[in-house]
Amino acid sequence: MNTRINWGRTLLIAIPFIWLLVLFLLPFLSVFKMSLSDMATARPPYVPVYDSEAGLAGLWQLITELDFENYVWLTEDDLYWRSYLSSFKIALISTFFTLLIGFPIAYGMAKTPSQWRATLVMLIILPFWTSFLIRVYAWIGILKQEGLLNNFLLYLGVIDQPLIILNTDLAVYIGIVYSYLPFMVLPLYAALEKLDYTLLEAALDLGCSKIKTFWVIIVPLVMPGIYAGCFLVFIPALGEFVIPDLLGGSSTLMIGKTLWGEFFSNRDWPVSSAVAVVLLLLLVVPIILFQKMQERELKGQS
Amino acid sequence: MNSANKNQTDNLFTPWLSNSVEPLIRFENVTKKYGDFTAIDNLSLNIYEREFFSLLGPSGCGKTTLMRLLAGFEAVTSGKVFIGGVEMSNIPPNKRPVNMMFQSYALFPHMTVADNIAFGLKQERRSKKEIQRRVDEMLALVQLEAMAGRKPQQLSGGQRQRVALARSLAKKPKLLLLDEPLGALDKKLREKTQFELMNIQEELGMTFVIVTHDQEEAMTVSSRIAVMDHGQVMQVDTPDMIYEMPNSRYIADFIGDVNFIEGGFLGYKAHPAVESTETESLLTTELATDGNNETSTDVSTGTSNNLAKFTTVVHGELLANTEKALSEQDQVWLALRPEKVEISKTKPTGEYNMIQGKVWDIGYIGNTSTYHVQLFDGSIIKAQRVNRNRLNKRSITWEDDVWLYWNYDASVVLTE
Repeated sequence: MNTRINWGRTLLIAIPFIWLLVLFLLPFLSVFKMSLSDMATARPPYVPVYDSEAGLAGLWQLITELDFENYVWLTEDDLYWRSYLSSFKIALISTFFTLLIGFPIAYGMAKTPSQWRATLVMLIILPFWTSFLIRVYAWIGILKQEGLLNNFLLYLGVIDQPLIILNTDLAVYIGIVYSYLPFMVLPLYAALEKLDYTLLEAALDLGCSKIKTFWVIIVPLVMPGIYAGCFLVFIPALGEFVIPDLLGGSSTLMIGKTLWGEFFSNRDWPVSSAVAVVLLLLLVVPIILFQKMQERELKGQS
Repeated sequence: MNSANKNQTDNLFTPWLSNSVEPLIRFENVTKKYGDFTAIDNLSLNIYEREFFSLLGPSGCGKTTLMRLLAGFEAVTSGKVFIGGVEMSNIPPNKRPVNMMFQSYALFPHMTVADNIAFGLKQERRSKKEIQRRVDEMLALVQLEAMAGRKPQQLSGGQRQRVALARSLAKKPKLLLLDEPLGALDKKLREKTQFELMNIQEELGMTFVIVTHDQEEAMTVSSRIAVMDHGQVMQVDTPDMIYEMPNSRYIADFIGDVNFIEGGFLGYKAHPAVESTETESLLTTELATDGNNETSTDVSTGTSNNLAKFTTVVHGELLANTEKALSEQDQVWLALRPEKVEISKTKPTGEYNMIQGKVWDIGYIGNTSTYHVQLFDGSIIKAQRVNRNRLNKRSITWEDDVWLYWNYDASVVLTE
């Protein structure tokens, strides 16, 4: 038996762990500590701050001064739970529409002759060549009152008053659906491409109508792709900040925006940290569900 | 129809010989094109109720397309397809009285065996009790009662094949299409399943149309075989007629092993074994032993069969029995099955076609040996013998000078 430590292997495995430790766990602990602190007019704008000269006693002093009152505050002011709820609603509805639009696109791609498929996948990924921020800005130009869309509709005579879309929730939905569509299409496409289309013929042959075949054969078989796409859209949409900030109005309530306001406008770092920690905990639930889903899919394949 | 068929007794199953029986399936001048490629080329074919009908041919011959036209997955480019007297062009696959067993089985991976079998029945909105009863019946038929709750991935290839069969039979379709149903099974299991299929077909009184490229399978299971090539039916006949009476070199070559001897027609002679009351005549052809196919005309005796005597065949001149009306100098081929060619080291006595040659190779496959005999012109004629004796007692071996000989009835005269 070789009981010697294989340093090469240990190092290889250690790299991602160190990465997560330094870039995720330590910052998270720092944010968590901050969320237990109190706001202060100081630099940094919170107390207590660890005094390295005081040693262990200083650390103990610091821990005793931490408390959960910021979390209690989150439950007391309805702005926060309304933000969470509104974010949840916007993310859910956006995910639904992304699925509604993404499924036919993915299905069409999977049904295209194989020599064209690589090109179509390329076209789906193409928007990533341009910065996310710039693409969202571009929507302002399209949606604003004297923007492309309104001018076009006025020109066609469909409307005689410009539509007010920008700075409403509708603009946020459009922005999210547009931005996250590739994350929906790609996993759906992967699942649909693997689908054995003789199964559809078999279902038809056994007397099943085309519409019913879609629900009883296609949907159950591409469910892993649907889950993957929905989580990939829902999770980032829930914490989205740029889109509601640029396209949404003052009434658009999303947790990302609330957090930003708390941090930069109010300079209340402890409360915004608490908001971030709660958001993370809320997101952990769907992420765990997603991983369970993937595990099950992997088991099914083996 | 051929005389051999006419002689068959009336109680045999031969609806295709009757003019009064309406065929279950009728292809009328059907053409199917994919772009420039013609998959089915002006094809007409009748298939009758309770037949076990094989579509046989090399890949790309159109047999699968023909089946998909029946199932409704493809539409004809021109022509008509009738099933049970109804024209099918406007009837979608889910409304046809047809079920199909797919080559890949196409079992629904997210459903259990029982759910797979019940799928078709559920579409008919039958009662739960009835569906359950029918599923149990089907599971019993294919002996998979113990597997009802399993998913297809948990089954062996043979078991999946059975589930696919049970699923396609569950609705009791008038017509069952089987697309290379046994292709994925090993040889032993395939042979066993072939007989099971035949029993099921007979028991349930259904019409089976099977697509296969395995000629042995087609020979075993079929009432009739349609041999296809390039989108056309080359010959439709019973297995024995396809084998014994092929209508072209393509058919003769496709089914089983065969020797072709090319020659020119000389004339008719009276049959030596029977008196002149026999209407069958004999054909004399020249064997191209000297490397060219020029017809020798010295023995030409006209087209009548009234020549009184038959003389022993000299080398290079062969006799064969045929009903074909041939004229002098017609190019013909004698198709000769290896098992019908005798081989001997001594010159045989009796009235036969004979050729001399040298044993070039021996193909031994256990029960039979095939002797590849090289003639003087370098061509090879195969003769097959059953190995009744032990191999070490084999009397003929490599490089032996041998005589090949066969009866006049052994060969088939082909003109195309």
